[in-house]
Amino acid sequence: MVRVGFQNLKNKGVEILSIISALVIWQLIAVYVVQNKFFLPSFTDVSLAFVSVVSRQVDFPLSFLSFSMDIPLPVLVVDLLFSMMHFLIGLIAALAIGMPVGMLMGWFRSVDRIFDPLIEIVRPIPPLAWIPFAIIWIGLNPFGAGFVIFIGALFPIIINTFTGFKNIPRIYVEAAKVLGCNTDRDLIRQVALPSALPSIVAGVRIAMGVGWMCLVAAEMFGVSKNGLGFKIWHHYYLHNMDFVLVYMLVLGFLGLLIDRLLRYYLEGRFLKWRTGVVM
Amino acid sequence: MGRVSVRNVSRKFVKDEVTQTLALENIDLELEDKEFVCFIGPSGCGKTTLLRIISGLDTPDQGEVFIDNEKITSPGPKRGMVFQEYSLFPWKSVIDNVIFGPQMGGVSKKDAMVEAEKYLELVGLTQFKDSYPHELSGGMKQRVAIARALANEPEVLLMDEPFGALDAQTRNSLQHELLSIWQKKHLTVLFVTHSVDEAVYLADRIVMFTARPGRIKEVVKVDIPRPRDRTSMEVNRLRNHLLKLLSEEQQK
Repeated sequence: MVRVGFQNLKNKGVEILSIISALVIWQLIAVYVVQNKFFLPSFTDVSLAFVSVVSRQVDFPLSFLSFSMDIPLPVLVVDLLFSMMHFLIGLIAALAIGMPVGMLMGWFRSVDRIFDPLIEIVRPIPPLAWIPFAIIWIGLNPFGAGFVIFIGALFPIIINTFTGFKNIPRIYVEAAKVLGCNTDRDLIRQVALPSALPSIVAGVRIAMGVGWMCLVAAEMFGVSKNGLGFKIWHHYYLHNMDFVLVYMLVLGFLGLLIDRLLRYYLEGRFLKWRTGVVM
Repeated sequence: MGRVSVRNVSRKFVKDEVTQTLALENIDLELEDKEFVCFIGPSGCGKTTLLRIISGLDTPDQGEVFIDNEKITSPGPKRGMVFQEYSLFPWKSVIDNVIFGPQMGGVSKKDAMVEAEKYLELVGLTQFKDSYPHELSGGMKQRVAIARALANEPEVLLMDEPFGALDAQTRNSLQHELLSIWQKKHLTVLFVTHSVDEAVYLADRIVMFTARPGRIKEVVKVDIPRPRDRTSMEVNRLRNHLLKLLSEEQQK
């Protein structure tokens, strides 16, 4: 086990060396060239800031129906939980609306003709341009932030679901029909959905990426006193640029982690049959 | 029962106002119950179109198709179909592909599984029941497709060049298997092919089509007893006759 791990490390020699060199160069430039913690915090400054957000604890207000209590948790974990909440609100709403719309547009020509012009007009509006209406319609609460993420995640999901449905090989639909599967409902459930799933999963991945990008801005307008994106602005106002960088890096790593988890989970579970077909 | 009557069927494909292709013109055909009939003709003559019309996947512009005096308007489980392309659902395992039809017909999964095992045994693929289609060879895929069509217990089995994409040896052994399945089951088989050899080996009757627009040129009754020797005198005489008819059409 240890030996296998060591072997892996050895095989990744170049990659590890690349990261270490980048860190060393960063540290040297920050300490000897820039010499200004506000302009460019060094690697050690950022590491210390990271230790501080992990070790300092705050109360996390957990409430569930009538039950509520405060649990002391590290600052970073509380921010993470708030951000995940905003992110999930947006993503789940986008899935709940985007998938059915994409499916119906892909399956029924008339639905496509009704929705397509509207979508094409609304889609190019950047998600962040919706922030004023998010505040007016929904207010300064987690759902307001979720709304901005929802807008960002919605269109990739609609479009990929639609494309998946448009590209269903006709032979599968005909084979299902001659086997006695004849209603639209059965054909969508039994043939179209499984056949389009690879495309839908790809859309969810893109949507999660876009939603994650929207997170910082969505938390910026004061929906809560916690959240990874909110903390970037909070520390910027306090001129704590080392903390800003910590939260930036956490956002990056978390985005990567979410994408990897999704890939292994969804593709392992639903797309087993594709091994040997495409990838 | 699986009596098929095709009455005065024509089918036109309209691309735009100027370009139209008449694929089938005034086809009249009566198929007896439990008969094995092959359609043969030059490529593009509409034999596949006729098969699709009988299956219900396509509708004629004129004329009607009846099965046991019941008019066909849409696809249904009483007419099984095996396609030329590989049509197994790649997201389902072999056994799940086979039980798809019965499950759509309301059979419980447990009962369907028991039945499906029998059909897989019939095509000799019991040990592959949990494999996925991409793990099977072309011949195995078509065997599963036959089992899947049979699992619905159809009266008529429509086959659209099912062995066209297979190599010669696999094709020969599948032809042999198909005949033994047909003899065991109560089935009318309609088999589209472009191979004269295949038609002569399999059919009770061979329907020869003209070049487009497809009309019936000749219906040849094959009286050679089964099992047929692929190289016997009478088989060769018949092949010769059919090849001559076919080349007449191809020269048009």
